Amino acid sequence: MKALLIGEYRQGKLLDTTYELLAFADRLGAESALLLVGNQSQLPKYDGRLYLADAAKYGEYNPDLHKKLVLQAVERENPDCIVFVHSSYGWDLAPRVAAALKVGQVSEIVALNEGAFEVNVCNAKLRRTVTPARGLAPSGACPLLVLTIQAGAFTLAGEPQGTPQVEPLELSQADSGIEFVGYEAAEQKGVDLTRAEVIVSAGRGVGKKDNVPVIAALASALGGELGASRPVVDAGWIDHSHQVGTTGQTVSPKLYVACGISGAIQHLAGMKKADFIVAINKDKDAPIGEIADVLVVADVMQFVPAFTAKCAR
Amino acid sequence: MKILVCIKQVPDMESRFRANGDKTWYDEADLAFRMNEYDEYAVEQAVQLKEQLGGEPEITVLSIGPERTVEAIKKALAMGGDRAVHIQDDRYYQKDPWQIASIIASYAKGQGFDLIFTGMQSQDRGSAQVGVTVAELLGISCATTLVGFSYDGGTVTVKRELEGGIKGVAKLKLPALVTCQLGLNTPRYPTLPNIMKAKKKEIATFPVAELSQEAELTATAAIYPPAKKGGGIVLEGELGNQVDRLMGILKEKIAVLR
Ligand SMILES: Cc1cc2nc3c(=O)[nH]c(=O)nc-3n(C[C@H](O)[C@H](O)[C@H](O)COP(=O)(O)OP(=O)(O)OC[C@H]3O[C@@H](n4cnc5c(N)ncnc54)[C@H](O)[C@@H]3O)c2cc1C
Repeated sequence: MKALLIGEYRQGKLLDTTYELLAFADRLGAESALLLVGNQSQLPKYDGRLYLADAAKYGEYNPDLHKKLVLQAVERENPDCIVFVHSSYGWDLAPRVAAALKVGQVSEIVALNEGAFEVNVCNAKLRRTVTPARGLAPSGACPLLVLTIQAGAFTLAGEPQGTPQVEPLELSQADSGIEFVGYEAAEQKGVDLTRAEVIVSAGRGVGKKDNVPVIAALASALGGELGASRPVVDAGWIDHSHQVGTTGQTVSPKLYVACGISGAIQHLAGMKKADFIVAINKDKDAPIGEIADVLVVADVMQFVPAFTAKCAR
Repeated sequence: MKILVCIKQVPDMESRFRANGDKTWYDEADLAFRMNEYDEYAVEQAVQLKEQLGGEPEITVLSIGPERTVEAIKKALAMGGDRAVHIQDDRYYQKDPWQIASIIASYAKGQGFDLIFTGMQSQDRGSAQVGVTVAELLGISCATTLVGFSYDGGTVTVKRELEGGIKGVAKLKLPALVTCQLGLNTPRYPTLPNIMKAKKKEIATFPVAELSQEAELTATAAIYPPAKKGGGIVLEGELGNQVDRLMGILKEKIAVLR
């Protein structure tokens, strides 16, 4: 088994998630080579072949060109699978590579299960195991596949080590229908949730903007800060600076209270390191129940005011 | 200008899910279906563009699925789509993203769509592959995860959402396909007059057999509920009792509350 791993580089820096690819290759028992559109001065610690293309030349986001670079490395490496992190880079680029090669793709793998890949469906209420289509591999060998792995699902046991053996990659033609203009920085933070000891977060289950003060009242009764899930922020109920998750803040309070939050992976990514997690949800099967220390099965708008009153006493 | 919007009908995620008989998908009995949330942003963005351009572009809504799919199509028409294509397929759930994208591309090929909008992923399968693959099959530019969209003189400027709140800005020349993310806009609710008007709009139906016949590249081995880690305490029952028990647990476990 041979894996071509596609590392990530952003705003001049190698991203740490690149090491999750190495962890996944270990779990697969695969021999690996790495590809990076990056820079000589920021090389991953890795004992192996590194195909390196210059980000200054090919852009940090230019999927048309990056696809061609990956295809070139595929030709040289002849791998059994091409692996990306399921990130804004990976989910954008992986299907392009899969389509160009006309091979199957499995997205956002969370685990390996006897040669099949496990993925979540329906907001993690069900799991699905995916294999290459039957009939493609009469020899029993794995046909070429494109894979993306869930961020955080595979982590290296030890510290990464080694110095890569660099093989430069170049394109003879570099035209593309996409022009990358630049980055827009994250909004100036209004609240710093990263230091809060207690966070009480409102999710879509609070129902409407008028109900937000009820959640805020519990936050202040517990001496904590107000957090929010993404749809609540998108709807304009709470300011973005309160958002917890992949595209918000990553928090690690002593106590996290999730009010009417289902527990989508992108939300969990921001709060699962909390010491103690309480979830209030009317749905006993909500995925948040899997990581909550206490799941209160109730209507938030009934439970939270009653609980706040008790705290105040 | 010709615009295509691809939508999917999915179950309400707050439902209970269990595997179907042949363990290839979930059992659809008792589920309430609605338009995929990400696709609502796609429909809304197309309609806003049509409004910006003085009503000139024609918006075609496309969906693949069984009979019930017509409900989601009607909603998209009531939001402002002009006409629709329903590709009838009762076994849509057994098709992998490659097959679904091939069907859409085989419909769209040669029709000269200038812009195609899709959701960034479906809420049920969540593969985030279909939109990009359609663009690749049609050989047009593509950008994913849009939280910003503007159109000016044949060029689309997009804002892609990256991790940690950072956004990436890029320009695409038409024809192009974009995939839409939460927060791109606020999808409108269809008004009663628009629901009535939508009833008169054309919904062309095609049996899926008339379109692409690509073989699947990946297959579902099994579908099942995830193993419960359990561990956590579940408080059910009477409200006052739940309040008291949570208070007791927190007092015992958490220093900040002492
Ligand atoms: C690329 C990407 C990045 C993302 N980044 C983030 C991020 O940073 N942060 C984030 O939060 N999300 C993010 N998301 C969105 C994420 O996938 C989910 O859509 C989101 O977290 C869902 O928010 P929610 O739990 O509040 O809403 P829902 O998933 O709609 O859940 C609402 C919950 O409330 C419960 N409920 C409803 N009514 C009541 C009631 N009366 N009483 C009690 N419970 C009730 C329901 O049972 C349900 O479990 C991202 C998504 C993508 C694709």
